[in-house]
Amino acid sequence: MKHLLGIENLNKDQIMNILETAVSFAEINQRQIKKVPTLKGKTIINFFAEPSTRTRTSFEVAEKRLSADTYNIAVSGSAIQKGETLADTALNLQAMGPDAMVIRHSVSGTPQLLTEIMDCSIINAGDGFHEHPTQALLDAYTIWQRKGGFEGLKVALLGDIYHSRVARSNIYLLNKMGAHVSISGPGTMLPKEVEKMGVTVEKLPKYAVQDADIVMMLRVQNERASNLLYPDVREYSRYFMLTPELLKLAKKDALVMHPGPANRGVEIDDVVMDGEQSVILEQVSNGVNVRMAVLYLLLGGADK
Amino acid sequence: MKLVIKNGTVVNPLVGKTEKTSIVIENGKVTEITAKPDTKDAEVFNAEGMFVAPGFIDIHVHFRDPGFEYKEDIFSGLEAAAAGGFTSVCTMPNTKPAADNVETIRYMYERAAKGNGVKLYPIAAATKGLKGESLAPIGELAEGGAIAISDDGRPIQNTDLLKRVMEYASTFDMMYVSHSEDLYLSETAQMNEGYYSTVYGMTGNPVVGEASQIARDCMMAEYLKLPIHIAHVSAALSVDIIKFFKERGAKITAETAPHYITLTDEALGGFDTNTKINPPLRSEADRLAVIKALKDGIIDAIATDHAPHHQREKEVEFNNAPSGIVGLETALPLVLKLYHDKELPIERIVELFTAGYKIMGIDGGKIEVGAPADITVFDPDYQWTVDKNMFKSKSRNTPFHGFHVKGAVSATIVDGKIVYSRDF
Ligand SMILES: [Zn+2]
Repeated sequence: MKHLLGIENLNKDQIMNILETAVSFAEINQRQIKKVPTLKGKTIINFFAEPSTRTRTSFEVAEKRLSADTYNIAVSGSAIQKGETLADTALNLQAMGPDAMVIRHSVSGTPQLLTEIMDCSIINAGDGFHEHPTQALLDAYTIWQRKGGFEGLKVALLGDIYHSRVARSNIYLLNKMGAHVSISGPGTMLPKEVEKMGVTVEKLPKYAVQDADIVMMLRVQNERASNLLYPDVREYSRYFMLTPELLKLAKKDALVMHPGPANRGVEIDDVVMDGEQSVILEQVSNGVNVRMAVLYLLLGGADK
Repeated sequence: MKLVIKNGTVVNPLVGKTEKTSIVIENGKVTEITAKPDTKDAEVFNAEGMFVAPGFIDIHVHFRDPGFEYKEDIFSGLEAAAAGGFTSVCTMPNTKPAADNVETIRYMYERAAKGNGVKLYPIAAATKGLKGESLAPIGELAEGGAIAISDDGRPIQNTDLLKRVMEYASTFDMMYVSHSEDLYLSETAQMNEGYYSTVYGMTGNPVVGEASQIARDCMMAEYLKLPIHIAHVSAALSVDIIKFFKERGAKITAETAPHYITLTDEALGGFDTNTKINPPLRSEADRLAVIKALKDGIIDAIATDHAPHHQREKEVEFNNAPSGIVGLETALPLVLKLYHDKELPIERIVELFTAGYKIMGIDGGKIEVGAPADITVFDPDYQWTVDKNMFKSKSRNTPFHGFHVKGAVSATIVDGKIVYSRDF
């Protein structure tokens, strides 16, 4: 495996290999000194062409703990405005001789286009509405640690599926691992023919949440309110927010997950967010383990 | 100067004949169609094993001249046309300045006169600056030689203005060519809306936007009892609507492009910006419906919508790339696939490539004694691999690079002059 572009093209064994590798890094991350020399001398560029604090920080922490040399490039807005094509940008970055580039981009497919221009490993840190593979992997890691497996689990995935790369990557991953995904959200947030991806589509969250083992919430982007997706926050939260009452319909030991950053009081109630069933902060710390595993498998594995 | 195209299979659907014969051309005109031509003092083109057809007409190309000559100019555009077997082309008005003034129309004719001989007929803007706000000087544009009017690429959204454009243009016998698109539905769209836009994570342009505007425009044509031509039909629903209005007797003609019968929205999976086209590549069901419409006569013509863009404009993120692909030099083999697959007889293929004569009122459509010798000779069985670097067009934006195809243009003849011949 040279690149990590998405979950779509991974198989079950590859996914399990990443999760199992993450376990050993989890151990390292428990130690007092959390640094290992695994990627010493390797250069990684973090190219974030869309604002992101969590994912970028998580990758940076993972890279530094593996002793890689890391460089951050934040691009505000599109490079095209400065008259540079994506190909030019990529060739300039290539000239710096990186071993890997972690890329976040608002346009679907951009990481894939870069693999055709650059020689280094490309790691997709989220592209448009397309995929966010490391998020799905850290979600999977969290589920696996808590539930011991995936087979037969029912996962409710709620909210803005249409604009969510997290949703797509999770749907691929959970299906491959034998879980069942039920989705729900307002009609404006359900992409066409999504059922063909192998999910059950429910009109209201209460049907999707029924007897679920996992309730995974998606972030509603506030600015999209003006974009004809839902009338207002009040109405959205009335029908689509995860409340304690709604959560009661799930299994007693159901986990509550959210890729963050969450809008409290919009898609998720404070009480649920901070409640016993919530593993939201665990997801964040697992993110580092999983990203270390991905970097190790793409960059370090071959040298061993 | 005498030219004999010898022993080809002459496909002449308008005359109702497909026969092995030879064509004698003198002074730019066909002087004889005979199995036993006199080749004394003549240049002989051996067309054994080839089809000889009336010159192909492409009623929908973008030549970018004036204004964007780095993408294509009239000379390179006409060379690409000749290489694709086209003896006449109709150019869309979205140049800079737009073809909304008679000076630009004259400029196009003057440039084309210095070209390779392929005939160029400008389609003028329907509204000033293609802005969809007020009428272009359609009378003067017609007088200057514009062949039709269209706001291709920036369709008229205001239905009252559409009505006035068609009413006013009728005074000068100018037909409106409809690029049918609801801009509200396509504003942020990157591809067809459906399963693949969901999987690829892109905003979709639903079929409804095209079909509803076709319905509106056909209704207007029927109501006003005026002809209308529907450009680049891409979807099954659009076909059904055109069929409905044709059966009611409305004066409607329609075209589709080779890419809509070849590719579907699945092709966008590689995020190649050369698959970004407007209207977008649709579903497999749409592709099959468009092929059936070619068979049934619901769609009258093949037009390429040749839309050159410079490589650096396409070497960008998908959402930032302009829509459109070059099409002149790949059209024939892509459409000939329907002949090889026994979907369409060769006569229908030739009809589709020459229907521009009746749609736009251009000379041509048949090979007959006394008529200008605009002739396309092609080898239906020649196999080759599309290489974008061999294009005569200035641009390389094609999704068909590397495609193995069957069928090639052997020679393109305009007014008796060979403007292109292929070295096999
Ligand atoms: Zn158009």
